[in-house]
Amino acid sequence: MAQTLYDKLWDAHLVEQRDDGTALIYIDRHLLHEVTSPQAFEGLTLAGRSLWRRSANLAVPDHNVSTLKAERDGGLNALPDEVSRLQLQTLDDNCLAFDVAEIPLNDVRQGIVHVMGPEQGAVLPGMTVVCGDSHTSTHGAAGALAHGIGTSEVEHVMATQCLIQRKMKNFRIEVTGSLQPGVTAKDIALAVIGEIGTAGGTGFAIEFCGAAIQGLTMEGRMTLCNMAIEAGARCGLVAVDDVTLSYFRDKPLAPKGDDWGRAEEWWRTLHSDEGAAFDRTLQIDGESIDAHVTWGTSPEMVTSVNGRVPTLDEMPDETSRLGLTRALEYMGLEQGTPLSDIRPDAIFIGSCTNSRIEDLRSAAEVLKGRRIAPSIRKALVVPGSGLVKAQAEAEGLDRIFLDAGMEWREPGCSMCLAMNADRLMPGERCASTSNRNFEGRQGNGGRTHLVSPAMAAAAAVAGHFVAVDALDSEGVAV
Amino acid sequence: MKPFTQHDGLVAPMDRANVDTDLMVPKQFLKSIRRSGFGPNLFDELRYLDEGEPDSDNSQRPLNPEFPLNHARYQGASILLARENFGCGSSREHAAWAMEDFGFRAVIAPSFADIFRSNALKNGILPIVLPASQVDQLFGEMYAAEGYRLVIDLEACTVLRPNGESWSFEVDPFRRDCLLKGLDDIGITLERSDAIRSFEQRHRDRFPWLFEDIVL
Repeated sequence: MAQTLYDKLWDAHLVEQRDDGTALIYIDRHLLHEVTSPQAFEGLTLAGRSLWRRSANLAVPDHNVSTLKAERDGGLNALPDEVSRLQLQTLDDNCLAFDVAEIPLNDVRQGIVHVMGPEQGAVLPGMTVVCGDSHTSTHGAAGALAHGIGTSEVEHVMATQCLIQRKMKNFRIEVTGSLQPGVTAKDIALAVIGEIGTAGGTGFAIEFCGAAIQGLTMEGRMTLCNMAIEAGARCGLVAVDDVTLSYFRDKPLAPKGDDWGRAEEWWRTLHSDEGAAFDRTLQIDGESIDAHVTWGTSPEMVTSVNGRVPTLDEMPDETSRLGLTRALEYMGLEQGTPLSDIRPDAIFIGSCTNSRIEDLRSAAEVLKGRRIAPSIRKALVVPGSGLVKAQAEAEGLDRIFLDAGMEWREPGCSMCLAMNADRLMPGERCASTSNRNFEGRQGNGGRTHLVSPAMAAAAAVAGHFVAVDALDSEGVAV
Repeated sequence: MKPFTQHDGLVAPMDRANVDTDLMVPKQFLKSIRRSGFGPNLFDELRYLDEGEPDSDNSQRPLNPEFPLNHARYQGASILLARENFGCGSSREHAAWAMEDFGFRAVIAPSFADIFRSNALKNGILPIVLPASQVDQLFGEMYAAEGYRLVIDLEACTVLRPNGESWSFEVDPFRRDCLLKGLDDIGITLERSDAIRSFEQRHRDRFPWLFEDIVL
């Protein structure tokens, strides 16, 4: 019978199906970070349990590491925040006690767990991958079944190498044709969320397909699958193709020699069969997608950079009118405001959504030979990993950011969730390449507008949101 | 986990759609390495007028008088009435820990985000899905009557309203069983160790590269 990609991955990891509809699913890779793992390690210890398969686990500190070089150079002890330090120390201690592989703070391979994983080949096509972080959906870009879990499930995976799951439904989102210049995977993600809403994917595994998706690099596919969770789907997926294979070919933990051949043979089957049944489908014309900017406090509150904030009379019901009123009050915006009239105070380029080399190249291309507007008070560029940072420096991108007046930081999650010192002040407005514009996400009272790296760079230069190709006519030409 | 069989509780409102887990427990509290003590920081940014930190003395912080959970009539509430897509966003189980620590045993909403639903069930909190029209009706009845209570019966899968009328709801049978008995999932799964081991052997034969040690 014709199967979807999700069906194939599910079947290949099914330990047993139970009569009550639940199933035991085997987990190949478990990624850990400092925030959601300590209570799970403690749970194991209290119950006298051990790791089922130690070698399935790989840890890296990322959420509350400092991104300042001076603080990083001093190691853990130089981190001024005592509570963060204890959490990072606890990860080190637990990895030592349980003999879990950990990439330490100042290793060049350290980075955001969802950047590091594929970069090291710790995540591979065909794997089941979990992590106590909702953006684990990122790894579906590799043709892996990857999803975020809570800490109880982290402990469950550590102790049993399995998850108790119900099979999700299949949702195919096809993006046809090609993308307009300046339109990126981030804009596809935002356009999809704008279309189906933040709960549109709840209960589904979303497979992204179509010519526009095949045309994306692995980095772009990661950006897209990363945001599947913002559409409510625990997993995003993209079929394996030559782009996938050439990305993983030389990764440090990828199979070598004969194993590569065997792996490739299986990976080549990781696509939905012709005629496979999907529970829901959506088709979007790639040409019709333009650069997007969120204006509210949920990723579904989004529109084209050439659009405007909606008005109350456009809302279908009372709950959405209330939602709009509350969002506009929080965001300090009037209904009907053109997006191009919105002026950010801060710029954040980074996060597991958009901190890979391609993202930095795309922002640097806009910034080259330009300066950020005087009204921008803070502009951070935070590479996703030490390796991304090194690559960017080898290409001279750091100079472009610094010359433009931005800060070039050390890798970590940084201002995406503001667990470290990188955060917005109350009322500050940020053009951010991250994934969530929730109230308080980037700092208590902070106001977030989600955009692609190129759009963040364009907003930095113009001092307001603007399409990249309109920058020249703004009188801010190179 | 505390077993959940029948619960008679005071109902409080969280009257907005898409309540995310960042709103339930802001990031600064995620630095804790413990799983308890999050109750005072549930909905922190809505509940207090100042910005809380992990070492703040919450009893000394200024409360937001407009936030319903601060109102006298909702003190002691253990059932939260909410709107669509409750618990979306981050996978932080701290949100469920905070709900539990605050004293909530159930949330009633038209829909829940997947990860929060799973986290709640693992912490003895019952997420109940009712049709939006019924949730609307409950909001109306609750606002109209101070001290509004509901009786949730997990054996029967019903919500009993003060007028004596019951509405039924559905819950995953496996999760229902775990909740009723207060069972630990890990123990249940470990009973299937033989099945896991034999699957693992087949998996290893097929995909040997997945089992290589990580050498950094």
